[in-house]
Amino acid sequence: MNAPVSIKTEAETGLAETFAAARPHLPGGPTVAAARAAAFAAFSASGLPHRRMEAWKYTDLRRLMRDAKPLAGAPDALALDQAGTAGALLAGLDVRRLVVVNGTFVPELSDLADLEPGLAIRAMADALAADNAVLNHGLGDLVPESEPALALNTALAGDGVVVTVAPGARIERPLHLAFIATGATATAMVTRSLVVIGAGATASLIETHEGPGGCDYQVNTALQLVLGDGGQLDHAKIIQEGGGALHLGTLLAHVGANAMFNAFAFTLGGLVVRNQMFVNLAGEGTQANISGASLLAGKQHGDTTLSIVHAAPGGQSREVFKAVVDESARAVFQGKISVQQAAQKTDARMMARALLLSPDAEADAKPELEIFADDVQCGHGATTGTLDEQLKFYLQARGIPPKEAEALLILAFVGEAMDGIAREGLRAALETATEAWLAARD
Amino acid sequence: MTALLEIRNLQAEVAGRQILNGLNLTVNKGEIHAIMGPNGAGKSTLSYVLAGKPGYEITGGEVAFNGEDLFAMAADERAAKGLFLAFQYPLEIPGVATLTFLRAALNAQRRTRGEEELSSPDLLKRVRELAKKLSIDADMLRRPLNVGFSGGEKKRNETLQMALLEPLLCVLDETDSGLDIDALKVVANGVNQLRAPERGMIVITHYQRLLDYIVPDVVHVLAAGRIVETGGKDLALQLEATGYAQYQSEAA
Amino acid sequence: MAAVQETVEQVRRIDVEQYKYGFVTEVESEKPPKGLSEDIVRYISARKNEPEWMLEWRLEAYRRWLTMREPEWARVNYPQIDYQDLYYYSAPKKKPELSSLDEVDPEILKTYEKLGIPLREQELLAGVVRPEGERKIAVDAVFDSVSVATTFQKELKDAGVIFMPISEAIREHPELVKKYLGSVVPTSDNYFATLNSAVFSDGSFVYVPEGVRCPMELSTYFRINERNTGQFERTLIIADKGAYVSYLEGCTAPQRDENQLHAAVVELVVMDDAEIKYSTVQNWYPGNADGVGGIFNFVTKRGDCRGRNSKISWTQVETGSAITWKYPSCILRGDNSSGEFYSIAISNGHQQVDSGTKMIHLGKNTSSRIISKGIAAGVSQNTYRGLVSAHKKADGARNFTACDSLLIGDQCGAHTVPYIEAKTPSAVFEHEATTSKISEDVLFYCVQRGLSQEEAVGLVVNGFVKEVLQQLPMEFAVEAQKLISISLEGSVG
Repeated sequence: MNAPVSIKTEAETGLAETFAAARPHLPGGPTVAAARAAAFAAFSASGLPHRRMEAWKYTDLRRLMRDAKPLAGAPDALALDQAGTAGALLAGLDVRRLVVVNGTFVPELSDLADLEPGLAIRAMADALAADNAVLNHGLGDLVPESEPALALNTALAGDGVVVTVAPGARIERPLHLAFIATGATATAMVTRSLVVIGAGATASLIETHEGPGGCDYQVNTALQLVLGDGGQLDHAKIIQEGGGALHLGTLLAHVGANAMFNAFAFTLGGLVVRNQMFVNLAGEGTQANISGASLLAGKQHGDTTLSIVHAAPGGQSREVFKAVVDESARAVFQGKISVQQAAQKTDARMMARALLLSPDAEADAKPELEIFADDVQCGHGATTGTLDEQLKFYLQARGIPPKEAEALLILAFVGEAMDGIAREGLRAALETATEAWLAARD
Repeated sequence: MTALLEIRNLQAEVAGRQILNGLNLTVNKGEIHAIMGPNGAGKSTLSYVLAGKPGYEITGGEVAFNGEDLFAMAADERAAKGLFLAFQYPLEIPGVATLTFLRAALNAQRRTRGEEELSSPDLLKRVRELAKKLSIDADMLRRPLNVGFSGGEKKRNETLQMALLEPLLCVLDETDSGLDIDALKVVANGVNQLRAPERGMIVITHYQRLLDYIVPDVVHVLAAGRIVETGGKDLALQLEATGYAQYQSEAA
Repeated sequence: MAAVQETVEQVRRIDVEQYKYGFVTEVESEKPPKGLSEDIVRYISARKNEPEWMLEWRLEAYRRWLTMREPEWARVNYPQIDYQDLYYYSAPKKKPELSSLDEVDPEILKTYEKLGIPLREQELLAGVVRPEGERKIAVDAVFDSVSVATTFQKELKDAGVIFMPISEAIREHPELVKKYLGSVVPTSDNYFATLNSAVFSDGSFVYVPEGVRCPMELSTYFRINERNTGQFERTLIIADKGAYVSYLEGCTAPQRDENQLHAAVVELVVMDDAEIKYSTVQNWYPGNADGVGGIFNFVTKRGDCRGRNSKISWTQVETGSAITWKYPSCILRGDNSSGEFYSIAISNGHQQVDSGTKMIHLGKNTSSRIISKGIAAGVSQNTYRGLVSAHKKADGARNFTACDSLLIGDQCGAHTVPYIEAKTPSAVFEHEATTSKISEDVLFYCVQRGLSQEEAVGLVVNGFVKEVLQQLPMEFAVEAQKLISISLEGSVG
């Protein structure tokens, strides 16, 4: 009954074929090629993650990923044309937009003019072609390279963006990584990006991921963040994929001493989404505020998995995650706080709440504490429930129609997770997206 | 006659920072001394050093308590010998009833002194009498120590412990902080009832207000880790009018 | 409180880490050869004079077990267990059928006396053993593989309560055993439960008939004595409609430098309006200061709230064993049924604890409550692992969970792994967990009032676990409180 699963699924076979075919054409010299081969071998050994793998208990990819789509080619004229609207959600914000179309970074669509001093941007494909081992940059201490989604990404990543911010530089204008899928034919897009913030530097980074509805395209995207000592990074990721899409996202963050890392993960779109974040608070006195919200309906499956490692003394982390689940959607939250023995005086708190709006909705939560240091204050909380009928009634008694009352309450529920977002324009954009989601409910 | 407390040239530091810089103070039995001073003068440090809180390093000087070397004793021995610190912020102990705590403390002290432990009925009787005087209701004795207590309740509880443990020297650290005027009166009244010829008290406070209710024999000004002025109770009133600015510049 | 005082005294009296139940009783025993095979299963069944159906049940479990793999998901590390290097049966050699206590080997009686467990009813009645003697406790004493004595059988019989070794129940009440055995923990449930199904040798059987409130507390004391012997007891308790029973379980074992396997199964069945309260003080030998020896405690405990308004309450104080792997659970099947889990798990030295509960909400308006207090000291690892789930049709399911962990020293680990699964919007689940150490400021406050450092720690820990201790019957609570202090012995630097 616990025997390892050995029969390959159609998707696994497809992935092996894809890798074999793509291998000669993927960017990178011998170092990169070796890393890719090792990663794919690690993936093959475990296969697609399934429910008996503890980390994927609630997201059984063997079941949820039926086949492997062919890798998308370089975007054609039509694709570039369609990609013009990428990241429209942030239209109200003054951002530096960097556009990745069907897995390929497109400088022509990107705003590369007048780069602030200390800011450098280039295509990941170019970095890889130079046989730069950026694929493994700072990875070792965060997550085993055999982690299946990441291993697939390492094996197949074709492009992405490499951003560096020089030590001490303060980049005011947010960088907007706009990922967009186009076309009616389902393809797979595998991107890898790297953002390195130098010591004492500050920057703001917003990722948006979107694509056409009615198409079961597949996205595997990974972002490595290296935040230097005393630096500050505000990061937001907005997943607004099309209704048929599979999105596997991995964030690897390495946070230096006395640095501040703020992150927000927002899942609205996609049919199957696994958004995983591995955050290593490696230096002393780091501060991290990591929050997120998922708004799920239809048959959506939205998994947010977070692992925070406190590796050094005096760190503080706060996490607030909210899930609103309608129709027959399923929300998954896994959040683990690990405090290593050296990380005395750690102060870590996590809260996960799910709001179920329909009899067929489901929410699974696995908040976890793993504590090896004694002088700590750590805690987590988790709740599931539905809308408070009394509150709803109170609002109705004041003349607010039921649907509006619900919307108001849901907005307030989600809003709590957005409290940490300092940038007004971004928060407004997220609220607008939430309101649109609420308006679409029936 | 031996002084109850004799502090000579006391120097102490916390986390490598020198806080007490050669403090001298003598308290005789039956006397109440007020120590006033600006924030950061070392008032709380003095109380913690006397009580033996870990993390406070004595770098010089000596303290004799009832003729014995105070620093040769562990914190619980000092308590058993009759040194009581009323905390500025009394701590909470979930799950441990106030009465349980009182019994544990009293009997621990008695054992250390080689005395008979007090039986439960005797203790209960004694605690009830004292509680009544301090307007503490029986319900509070059953509640976990200080958990969910108001500021006034916590300070009354400290006073109750002081009355029960019958110390020789009471050090009251900012007992007035967080108290409204009614609570202040109740606590001060409780403290006044403990005035006795054998007992000395050090009342540490930032404001003169408390001294309207607990009238001191001597008033000291503590600034930059030293006693910079000593006088009668009028000194407190004078300070109320002039503030501490003169001492801060003087000390610096 | 007097109990606190007692705790403090206890701490003072015992200087080095020492396990006071570590003595060995010299009795002759009979054992089949080491190892597990169909023949051994047949041997055990034959020694118990079991009917054919029981043998078949065991053999089926054994064959199933051969196809299974040992679970690996718990946060425990231990050397490979050689299942062929164990004795699966050990019985004190004496008359096979005992008609009265006088026939029990006096050495065994002495053992139980030493453990403070009253087997002689007259002593108990005379108040010799328990001064507060008003309350009667019926005891079933299981020594290695067999039940050696069960007290108060007659009085219980008059009340209609069946309380006897399960080996006897299989012969005397086959209809009840057949109906309920394996109905909560199926033979195929998990590796250790399946092994138990094949080779269990004894344990207690309780049946409380409709409308009966059991007139006294029932208890079983398990004692592993023999070397290299696995203990596989099986307990089955049924509370029929409107019945109530409180059951206590205690465990000890000699101090030995090899690891010993204990794989028990406990099944509870609760019908309409009935209630079972199950309390455990587990104090198996934990191994020595270097982590040598100690019991491997792999236990499956599960209760089925089968009827409406039924209730199961688990309370456990886990201080012993080198490894504890145990998740007393409730299946809340009946409408309005409720489950409770109160746990204190203390690990010191090299102990590893992975324990918690499962609350499976199936019926309507079911409720559950989980209060877990973990204390880790030494170089131990202490994990709470729990599942709370609501089925689609479990309208109005409610759960409240609070898991608090306390770390003493910087070489140990405390971990919390809850799984919360809601498949209905009407379920309201609340979970909270904290991990902290005893505040230095609180300790100083206590010390300023005259308590020694060790007394201060004892006081704070007792406060920390109080909510759970209060769930235990009085006699057990006192014993448990002492155990807690002993278990933390030497943890304060």
